[in-house]
Amino acid sequence: MAEVAIGCGRVTATAGDDMPTNGRDRLGSERAPQEAEMMATAGQKAPEFSAPAYHKGGFTEVSLSEFAGKWVLLCFYPGDFTFV
Amino acid sequence: MSAVADRYQDLQDLGVEVISVSVDSHFVHKMWNDHELSKMVEGGVPFAMASDQAGNIGRAYGVWDENQGVELRGRFIIDPDGVIQAMEVLTPPVGRRIDETIRQIQAYQLVRKSKGAQATPAGWKPGEPTLKPGPDLVGRVWEVWNPSMET
Repeated sequence: MAEVAIGCGRVTATAGDDMPTNGRDRLGSERAPQEAEMMATAGQKAPEFSAPAYHKGGFTEVSLSEFAGKWVLLCFYPGDFTFV
Repeated sequence: MSAVADRYQDLQDLGVEVISVSVDSHFVHKMWNDHELSKMVEGGVPFAMASDQAGNIGRAYGVWDENQGVELRGRFIIDPDGVIQAMEVLTPPVGRRIDETIRQIQAYQLVRKSKGAQATPAGWKPGEPTLKPGPDLVGRVWEVWNPSMET
């Protein structure tokens, strides 16, 4: 996970078929809706993704592929400050 | 997420890395960690909290709620080859049970270590008997396992 400079653009994650094939600059870029979506299925390869993250006091970029060779627990949840 | 953070050391002991994902920005993740989660879990959240503001990861994993613009409680166990071995999706009002997630990870790790020679029966916990799938087991599972053995 590399430390990421803080910009003003609205940064978001990329995933699945939408992963950029070259370059990493996606700050402030317009994004089109995905047509062919890659859907997660048990027994199949997990869709790759890359996303801005908060990790132990710093802002970083996290991707699934950086944990290749390790077990990963991936947890989605509805939102910060929710009570469940 | 504090429930997962609370068991982070147990997960690390099993060689498991954790990534959490929601539509909140990484800045809000910091605020939530600093103002609330760090009061529930010593030292705060120890793993990466990813931001998926446009729902791209959520869509790829089938947990995107289009109407509400949030992600469902999706939980995925991914093995060292990058293959999803287990997945569970709950709607927002009900929280997960981390003990069950850890049990499943332990079971999948045992299966992987045995290179598929062993399987775990319903309700299996570490230390309990496993099954050895093969011709000898067909029709004879009752000899080695029955539902009353589930603890």
